[in-house]
Amino acid sequence: MTPTISQTSNKSDYVLQARALSCVRGERSLFSDLDLQVHAGECLHVRGENGVGKTSLLRLLTGLSKPESGEILWKQQAIHVESAQYHRDLLFLGHRDALKDDLTALENIQMYAAIDDVFLSQEQALSSLWRFGLRGREYLPVSCLSAGQKRRVLMARMATRQAKLWILDEPFNALDVNAIHALQDLITEHLGRGGLAVLTSHQNIDIPNMKVLEL
Amino acid sequence: MSAFFAIIHRDLLLVMRRKSEVLTALFFFVVVTSLFPLGIGADAALLRKIAPGVLWVAALLSTLLGLQRMFAADYLDGALEQLVLSPQPLVLLVAGKIVAHWLVCGLPLVLIAPIIGIQFDLDASSLYVLMGTLLLGTPVLSLLGSIGAALTLGVRGGSVLMSLLILPLYIPVLIFGAGAVYANSVGLDTVGHFSLLGALLILALAFVPWVSTAALKIAIE
Repeated sequence: MTPTISQTSNKSDYVLQARALSCVRGERSLFSDLDLQVHAGECLHVRGENGVGKTSLLRLLTGLSKPESGEILWKQQAIHVESAQYHRDLLFLGHRDALKDDLTALENIQMYAAIDDVFLSQEQALSSLWRFGLRGREYLPVSCLSAGQKRRVLMARMATRQAKLWILDEPFNALDVNAIHALQDLITEHLGRGGLAVLTSHQNIDIPNMKVLEL
Repeated sequence: MSAFFAIIHRDLLLVMRRKSEVLTALFFFVVVTSLFPLGIGADAALLRKIAPGVLWVAALLSTLLGLQRMFAADYLDGALEQLVLSPQPLVLLVAGKIVAHWLVCGLPLVLIAPIIGIQFDLDASSLYVLMGTLLLGTPVLSLLGSIGAALTLGVRGGSVLMSLLILPLYIPVLIFGAGAVYANSVGLDTVGHFSLLGALLILALAFVPWVSTAALKIAIE
């Protein structure tokens, strides 16, 4: 009996909450009094027209920018209190790919693993790149890859990062049909392991346990 | 600590892949310092007298050339956001980037300064003092420069603004660095100059990484 209880309490530990969030860009108020809650195993799909504040919301959730008012909680604690711990649990992919053009795909993955303090052997890094169809391109500089292939490098990074919470800005951009399926599978797998995901997209996506937030 | 070495390794690797940017700064130093003896002529006494100032001013300017690159590329491709969101303390990563900048833009100056010094007819003891001052002074230049590089991120015409911000801060290093070489050449004691340069270095090491980190966080927001 006891293990079950501890497991459920562990699971409910991982929850991302935002309370009465409001965001102002310049003179314009993008949204106000926004509440949201994402539990372990859930995915939040943020939708809305261009310029409605999806990216701003995502940046608020990562802590890169500060909200005008309101607070964001991770595991019942404000994110700026234990920011190192939050950053350990968090993977944020913005609309810029953050890959170094002059480094190879493999070097990029390994470099981010070192900076993110995640152990990653060369075999693991290679197999994650192979999984996303980059076999034979792992030693090419990223500048030689196409936009879709760069996103595949990022998928390899997602698979190796070991983060609980994924915040993804337009992850389906520039992907072909197969890669879209691969990414959906990757996110579903992540949710199945008790992970959380927040993403924006203009496409219809097919992921179980998905909530939609219309901005 | 592994992230500190990882970021140094990354930045050095990036420099190796794109050598032209670094060599530009180094060639600038060599060319500018070589122009003076050519322009002034073979007046050895005059050359010896102006050598410390010329070498140090050229070192300041060539450090400045490489500074713009310190954070700008990472800022543009989004890598800086990833560094901010790393579980490692950002100040450690910033310190790593500063060290990498010094290894690329500062250390080579220290190593080629003696060769340049010969053009100015400096004697052996002056060359040693020159190398010593550069060894203590160029890290300060990289450190102080990182503040300017971080503050002017995303600003249009940032490089000009950065020069205006940073060059005045370089004045103490210039005075004591060039002063030590001059003092040595006229037979005075240089311990005072070296102590002050060392103090500047310690002071900069203690405060600058935190200041640059704060400036970067503002730039990201």
